[in-house]
Amino acid sequence: MKRKLLVVIVTSYLFLLCGLACAQAKPSKVSDGVVKIAVLTDMSGLYSDLGGPGSVAAAQIAIDEFGGKVLGAPIQLVSADHQNKADVGANKAREWFDTQQVDLIVDVPNSSVALAVSKVANEKHKLFMVDNAGTSRLTNEDCNSYTIHYVYDTYATGGVTGRAVVQHGGNTWFFITADYAFGHSLQDDTTRAVKAAGGQVVGSVQHPLNAPDFSSFLLQAQASKAKVIGLANAGGDTINAIKTAAEFGINKTQTLAGLLVFITDINSLTLPVTQGMYVAEGYYWDMNDDTRRFGKKYFAKMKKMPTMAQAGVYSSVLQYLKAVQATGTDDADTVIRKLKETTLNDDFVKGGKIRADGRMVHEFYLFQVKSPSDSKYPWDYYKLISKIPGDEAFQPLSQSRCPLIKK
Amino acid sequence: MTIFGVPVTALLSQLVVGLVNGCFYAMLSLGLSIIFGMLNIVNFAHGAFYMLGAVLTWFGFTQFGIGYWWSLLLVPLVLAALGAVVERGLLRWLYRVDPLYGLLLTFGLALMLEGALRYKYGVSGLPYSIPDAFQGAFNLGFMFLPRYRAWVVLASLIVCFTTWLLIERTPLGAYLRAATENPNLVRAFGINVPAMITITYAVGVGLAGLAGVLAAPLTQISPLMGTNVIIVVFAVVVIGGMSSILGSIVTGLALGLIEGVTKVYYPQASNTVVFFIMAIVLLLRPAGLFSRER
Repeated sequence: MKRKLLVVIVTSYLFLLCGLACAQAKPSKVSDGVVKIAVLTDMSGLYSDLGGPGSVAAAQIAIDEFGGKVLGAPIQLVSADHQNKADVGANKAREWFDTQQVDLIVDVPNSSVALAVSKVANEKHKLFMVDNAGTSRLTNEDCNSYTIHYVYDTYATGGVTGRAVVQHGGNTWFFITADYAFGHSLQDDTTRAVKAAGGQVVGSVQHPLNAPDFSSFLLQAQASKAKVIGLANAGGDTINAIKTAAEFGINKTQTLAGLLVFITDINSLTLPVTQGMYVAEGYYWDMNDDTRRFGKKYFAKMKKMPTMAQAGVYSSVLQYLKAVQATGTDDADTVIRKLKETTLNDDFVKGGKIRADGRMVHEFYLFQVKSPSDSKYPWDYYKLISKIPGDEAFQPLSQSRCPLIKK
Repeated sequence: MTIFGVPVTALLSQLVVGLVNGCFYAMLSLGLSIIFGMLNIVNFAHGAFYMLGAVLTWFGFTQFGIGYWWSLLLVPLVLAALGAVVERGLLRWLYRVDPLYGLLLTFGLALMLEGALRYKYGVSGLPYSIPDAFQGAFNLGFMFLPRYRAWVVLASLIVCFTTWLLIERTPLGAYLRAATENPNLVRAFGINVPAMITITYAVGVGLAGLAGVLAAPLTQISPLMGTNVIIVVFAVVVIGGMSSILGSIVTGLALGLIEGVTKVYYPQASNTVVFFIMAIVLLLRPAGLFSRER
């Protein structure tokens, strides 16, 4: 009799325990009771104006629009500085995924760091949305099913600008290339586009990242007699190259083609120096009511307009949260499947699609920088030259070198 | 005609732009080695003062309409005053302790200055255009040399030579050198040694500010510009011999030229060649090429 009673007590106690545990888990399927989004970026170096604090602000805007909660669980935002070092970035990502319950990493300017973080995400089966790194390797040789390349890549910016410049008569090219993963990708992708459009490449020179002086490299470009000098670099490097070219008068005899130029670069260099340049971007704040809505929201926080990468951070966070909401879980595999099924629409993207190789395909734009007299109000910098459908701007799947794509 | 596959004209033009960079190295390392030689302080804030010189030039122009020439005069004075304050307020407490403390203090100071300005202005850089008097370029036959760069070479050579003259060939310089050699003895002659030390630090910082003004029209003025250059300048000072004034001038110019040549033959190494040379010099002549035996 006593034994029976004991069994009853023990089993009912077990039921009670289970009941409590089940009750706690039931209301949401969010792991650890929080959805944690991490912005990994360059907070203080040469790319901190392209991403940096602005990317954190953009992610916050998306979270605020969502009301700070998804599936009843709070959304938390964390950020860190990767100092443009691949090992620092990868270690931070590993720490976040392993011990800080981070569900999603976004932004990550600097291709070397992005490639390292992408490998960590794949290993940990967590989602990584790249908004700010350019190398097309992320969706080719180094693709994986946990990395989504969201905003731009070197194929798109280099290709769109390259084709446009060749069409306007610039058929011989010399490259000034940043000597790391991104610069090499940008030069290779642009070279393909230039050759396909009937142009030729006569030479190139590689400079270290964050080069203090560009006059030597520009003189070599000048000596090549190429009609076009392609700048396969970004941020502070592009800015200093353009400024030095103006000083040496090189921009009067040869065309400068910035292959990845952001609106913050134009703002820093000013219109008199940059007018007439072609720029390929995936977002410009002053295109329609939607782009203006986000642009103004961001401006209210940061006192400057967002780069396409910062707008992309906003969009990728928003789309991620929507997918979490729709699937009722923050499980990475489920959310990724949902994201790849969805047609993406928000203030940044219209009709965007995420392909199997991780490439988010969306409309791209070719702009020309306005002359000072055409610019009517602050940040009125671009004139739209053409809209390029996503399928033309981005590398077609048939050319993909990504192992996930079965041919 | 070519040298190792590079046309002579191309090589000459690279040497000229290398010389311009060398001038900045010379001016900055000059200030550093004066400060180290006289105060025994490793002034890690030197790059930040250089950057501050450029930012003040921009600030003075956009806020108060102060032109380039006035900046060239005023900014070094403002920075020298700031240097005097730093020396009086902070550094002089550290003369009796290990030089490492001075290094840490100035390094921290540099981080604070850069952090504050980065917070305010971001890193893309502030635009400052070349003064009208220097628009255009000289045709040297093998290249077009922008007038402004020619002016930089001229100005920095004048500054370097004057400073060298001041320290090595005038009574004031003699006092200074004596004060560092044996402060107690010099004090016994009735010379105000602490004041001399303040002046020395102020002049060193003022030189960094002057280099900043000269650099303002050449690059985008960014809070990072000091960090980018200071490491190279330290290497220059080490190669030249930590406290040798002539050494820092000659080494600065020479390394600018060597960097220029490297950019033609193997551009990827242009950032490292200076450190490669530094390593060799440290192995063969640890005190530096121009060091004087004490």
